[in-house]
Amino acid sequence: MPCPPTPPVVTPPVADLFQPIQSLSEVLSDAAVDGAAAGFVAAQLQPGAPVLWIQDRLSQKETGAPYLAGFPMGLKMIRVDVSRAVDVLWSMEEGLRCAGLSAVVGEIWGDPPALDFTASKRLALRAEAQKCPVWLIRRAGTSNLSAARNRWRVKSLPSAPTSHDISAAGHPQWHVELFRSRSHKPGDWVVQYDAAAQKIIPIVQQDKVDAPLLRAI
Amino acid sequence: MMQGDLVAGIRPLLGRRVVSMWFPHLSIERWQRSMERQHIEPPPDVAVTLAVDGAHGPVVHAANPAAIEAGVHTGARIVDMRSLIPELRVEYADVGGDQILLQQLMLWTRRWCPWTSLDGSDGLILDTTGSDHLHDGEALMLADMQARFAQLGLTVRLAVAPTRGAAWGLARYGPERAICPAEDIELRLGALPVKALRLSDKTDLLLNRLGLKTIGALTDVPRVALVRRFARTELIHNPVMRLDQMMGRLAEPVNSPEDPPRFMVRARLPEPVQDPTPHLPALCEALCAELSSAGFGARRIVVSVYKTDGDISHVEAATATGSRDPAHLLGLFRDRIEAINPGYGFDLITLTAAHVEEMADVQSRLGGGTDEGTELAQLVDRLTAKFGAAHVTRPIPGNSHIPERREAWIPAMSGPPAPLETALLRPLRLFHTPEEIRVLYAVPEGPPAQFQWRRQLLRVVRFNGPERISPEWWKDRPTSRLRDYYRIEEQFGRRIWLFREGLHGDGRGREDPRWFVHGVFA
Repeated sequence: MPCPPTPPVVTPPVADLFQPIQSLSEVLSDAAVDGAAAGFVAAQLQPGAPVLWIQDRLSQKETGAPYLAGFPMGLKMIRVDVSRAVDVLWSMEEGLRCAGLSAVVGEIWGDPPALDFTASKRLALRAEAQKCPVWLIRRAGTSNLSAARNRWRVKSLPSAPTSHDISAAGHPQWHVELFRSRSHKPGDWVVQYDAAAQKIIPIVQQDKVDAPLLRAI
Repeated sequence: MMQGDLVAGIRPLLGRRVVSMWFPHLSIERWQRSMERQHIEPPPDVAVTLAVDGAHGPVVHAANPAAIEAGVHTGARIVDMRSLIPELRVEYADVGGDQILLQQLMLWTRRWCPWTSLDGSDGLILDTTGSDHLHDGEALMLADMQARFAQLGLTVRLAVAPTRGAAWGLARYGPERAICPAEDIELRLGALPVKALRLSDKTDLLLNRLGLKTIGALTDVPRVALVRRFARTELIHNPVMRLDQMMGRLAEPVNSPEDPPRFMVRARLPEPVQDPTPHLPALCEALCAELSSAGFGARRIVVSVYKTDGDISHVEAATATGSRDPAHLLGLFRDRIEAINPGYGFDLITLTAAHVEEMADVQSRLGGGTDEGTELAQLVDRLTAKFGAAHVTRPIPGNSHIPERREAWIPAMSGPPAPLETALLRPLRLFHTPEEIRVLYAVPEGPPAQFQWRRQLLRVVRFNGPERISPEWWKDRPTSRLRDYYRIEEQFGRRIWLFREGLHGDGRGREDPRWFVHGVFA
């Protein structure tokens, strides 16, 4: 029996990279009080249908609750505050049974046993069936086994300078690392977030990221 | 029957059927039952009384058969009764507990008819108009009631009559399980003593002194004379009014304390069971069919189980919009039906739509299916049913500039989520309570150059601000201080929202200004 031909690997352009995929993406953040992970997700939410945002208790205590005034304009949100990671996963799955949502975001603290490969696989499959982007924000956790289609690690960088005030902070900049992906080649980027246009603009690409620069940061 | 219609035609108030229940030994039987449950009941020949505090020491509230036989009577002083029976056992009566039991029984008796109410401290009133045929006629219904109360260990005396007054009198002074048709009302009640008119002891004594010992004797007296004689008597003890109410010349409807649910389906079970789950799908189907035919959707549904030990237990669920989708309503009880307390089992399950709203049939898509708004509402219902209304929230704009009041998160059940308008730069995350920081290196203007937050030493590299937000003097305490907000960036690049509370020498609070972290930017 002849072996079927291997499909050619097609790498989409980098511009597509910062568009939400209709599956499970995981965003890891090393520092607890870093707004970069939530900001990276918020930058890719679409106005229109509401977003379901689910937090476990520790995530809310340690990093605060979502404040809609800081999100992109016109976003609608339903917030669910639960105490356990199991309930976060249950709520996310429940949200994926509903066609009236534009995205589902869950925040989980640490490495709970409930968040295993099976749980992430279920989320990914349901998200693909419903064609709805799902984000899992994880803090204080390790990058253990997961079925997420894109896995990111996001960190804050000093913001871009502003022309009119040297002591003021400008557009936020992040160091994003795509360390596991189905559709793209993994890599590092320094990106700038333009909140007014709600756009993530890559500044420095993978091969050009300066090791001394990152070390200095 | 012809004659009955005729009487009802002349006096329309005689058209109803009212059951009066009287529990002559409620307190002592409840006490006895609780003792039996703990297996510490006294032998039947021990005289027991329940006492309440009277003006001159404890008085008898209730007594068991042995005590009654020995001469104990209600209202007598305990010391007198002790002299009668030295070995009398005296317990304190739980009058409040008796009332709670009676309240429960009032709800429990809704298994026979929808309108029931309390009647004094030892009785119930049921308006069974039109519901007796469901129990094979009045005679069998009364027998069923008495048998079920006997299973609970309660003695009950019953009567059914066209008016509340007549039923009250017959239950207490008439024959066992009296059934009084409308045409016989004067004949049947004429022989009862005047006490059956619900009079005060004083009026009763007066009537007896006047030689009017029965209701028949009272009706023979010309009305004008009676009205004149009792013109000054308090209305509720006035024999003329009580007589009119009894004979159906004056309305006295049963004031059922709760609005009767309009949509209720029930499952009668042949024998008591412990788990209602297998019966719920059929009940949901039946309820939704009822709602659908009437054009309503349920906002709140209640599963009630009627236990064999005379108690009821509920599980409640609410929906964000009216719903009559059986699968959805069933899903709301999915993990919660275990919360129901089955006791020793139950033989009747009801599913009630306690709150309904009008709901028209809408087709949103030509190809069928439901629209997104409905799906979202159903999602909110499922989440709320599991986590509680306080944990599934949506934001509404607050009329304030204080950040935490600017955005109020209210239960998502209350409506669809809406976007907020804001023109200011605000953080992505807000801490529930601002976290105080330790300033290590303060500068006269602007935020501190170095501070400690969560045991981390942070150095301010860049900052924007200040943005001053004044306290709301019309709402806050006079000691509340203004806030100067700064958006700072520390040495690792994280952007944090700090504020200074108060100014040096602003006269509010004795301390120097304090610094807090309130939020985190992207």
